[in-house]
Amino acid sequence: MTPLLEVRGLTKAYGGRIGCAEVSFTLWPGEVLGIVGESGSGKSTLLNCLAGHLAPDAGQVIFDTRGEGPRDVLAMTEPERRMLGRTDWAFVHQNPRDGLRMRISAGGNVGERLMAVGARHYGEIRAQAADWLARVEIAEGRIDDRPSAFSGGMQQRLQIARNLVTGPRLVFMDEPTGGLDVSVQARLLDLIRGLVRRMGLSAIVVTHDLAVVRLLADRLMVMKDGRVIETGLTDQVLDDPQAPYTQLLVSSVLQA
Amino acid sequence: MSGTDYNFAYLDEQTKRMIRRAILKGVAVPGYQVPFASREMPMPYGWGTGGVQVTAACLVPEDRLKVIDQGADDTTNAVSIRKFFQKTAGVAVTERTAEATVIQTRHRIPELPLTEDQILVYQVPIPEPLRFLEPSEVETRKMHALEDYGLMHVKLYEDIARHGEIATAYAYPVKVEGRYVMDPSPIPKFDNPKLESAALQLFGAGREQRIYAVPPYTRVVSLDFEDHPFDPSKAAHPCALCGAEDSYLDEVIVDDAGGRMFVCSDTDYCAGRREAAA
Ligand SMILES: Nc1ncnc2c1ncn2[C@@H]1O[C@H](COP(=O)(O)OP(=O)(O)OP(=O)(O)O)[C@@H](O)[C@H]1O
Ligand SMILES: [Mg+2]
Repeated sequence: MTPLLEVRGLTKAYGGRIGCAEVSFTLWPGEVLGIVGESGSGKSTLLNCLAGHLAPDAGQVIFDTRGEGPRDVLAMTEPERRMLGRTDWAFVHQNPRDGLRMRISAGGNVGERLMAVGARHYGEIRAQAADWLARVEIAEGRIDDRPSAFSGGMQQRLQIARNLVTGPRLVFMDEPTGGLDVSVQARLLDLIRGLVRRMGLSAIVVTHDLAVVRLLADRLMVMKDGRVIETGLTDQVLDDPQAPYTQLLVSSVLQA
Repeated sequence: MSGTDYNFAYLDEQTKRMIRRAILKGVAVPGYQVPFASREMPMPYGWGTGGVQVTAACLVPEDRLKVIDQGADDTTNAVSIRKFFQKTAGVAVTERTAEATVIQTRHRIPELPLTEDQILVYQVPIPEPLRFLEPSEVETRKMHALEDYGLMHVKLYEDIARHGEIATAYAYPVKVEGRYVMDPSPIPKFDNPKLESAALQLFGAGREQRIYAVPPYTRVVSLDFEDHPFDPSKAAHPCALCGAEDSYLDEVIVDDAGGRMFVCSDTDYCAGRREAAA
């Protein structure tokens, strides 16, 4: 089997400060990889380098494209990368405001990616938008409302619908449940888990919440000071952490 | 003030050459917004300083100039621009579309089909069709460069979702020669089909410092959806003065009892038809 994503030696510094350093890993089709670590450990930097939002200083990000097989994303042209960004990839931001158009209706938000890849039939676009709103449990009657009229949890679900409507194969999520209160978080996690399983999505989920990775991730990567210090199956890492830092991380959460 | 106080058509030759270079680039890349160093003109922005600079760069002494504002030659704006070039360039002027070699316009395309010998210069307030959707200039430039125009259809989608149809009636976005999405300036969408023309069409935005062009016989397609095709929409009545059924009409209030009538917005077209009928 060909890996969906293969990352080698990815490094990004901000001036003299390390963002992430020499990160390598493989993501298999249908797999969900969790990335955990304390604040400032480089999780977002890594994710943004992978998704093409940030230019890394070194490394390779090899993605198994539909048309041409494995290709280094970093060597692609900007139009090619943008095309990937609206077809095969999805990016769910922690703050829905960063991932939604707040002045466009919910239906328009979901339809945008379809139109960006050439959909030109209003009725079909709207039907797909309605279908996706239902899948993320937003009442169909809200299709013409703007996201600013939605609760935080609804906004996050709308952002997910907007991202998944083109049937991507790889989803990047940066703290998808951050900033939401606990009951809303639980419902959202359930929803994401259902979608990921049903669509057979591969995903990379950044979080500092171990409960999130316990529920979503098949495998786990622990970061500290920009480097990966431990990887393994989620249960293994959480139940039997090897690195002292991971042990601290796990125990501090268990106590909390 | 006498005409001799000015260089021909007010602008100095160096400036005109700079503007001509921008025009040539615009012609070479139809629909692409070319930046240019807009000059202060002796009239306020919003009065067509972009169009005036383009016209100044195009005019030669043999030209015959027509200036219209919303289709009419006799509005303040049209009259003052026409006078400006009479004084600074000494060119002949006309109200007859067929006789003009250069036509500067605000918000209309003449009804009479233009010819290969004519240049139509538009005054443009806001050249960026994506502006109201994406406020960042850096981002809109990138979207043009990468042909990333999904957002433009999002706007039309929103129109239909809210009003049941594409409610955009002016400045209706078009795709030029299958490549650049362009704002045709605030002409009524009724005029959009006329953007495919034998004449050279030049667009000047003074405050925003942009020039763009549609060369003769360029393909210009109004954006739409398969199930909501572009409709230039025509008023249900004929012109009350000349009886034309194919022209764009203005509503005119005729008395203070709410009486109104619909007449051609293109005054020369209307007058020409009435003359021919007389
Ligand atoms: N734009 C930036 N300029 C300079 N330094 C930055 C920038 N963004 C991140 N950093 C630094 O890079 C390191 C990694 O930051 P990053 O945001 O990737 O961490 P994180 O793991 O996502 O943290 P958090 O959990 O707080 O979101 C930190 O030391 C941070 O201060
Ligand atoms: Mg972060």
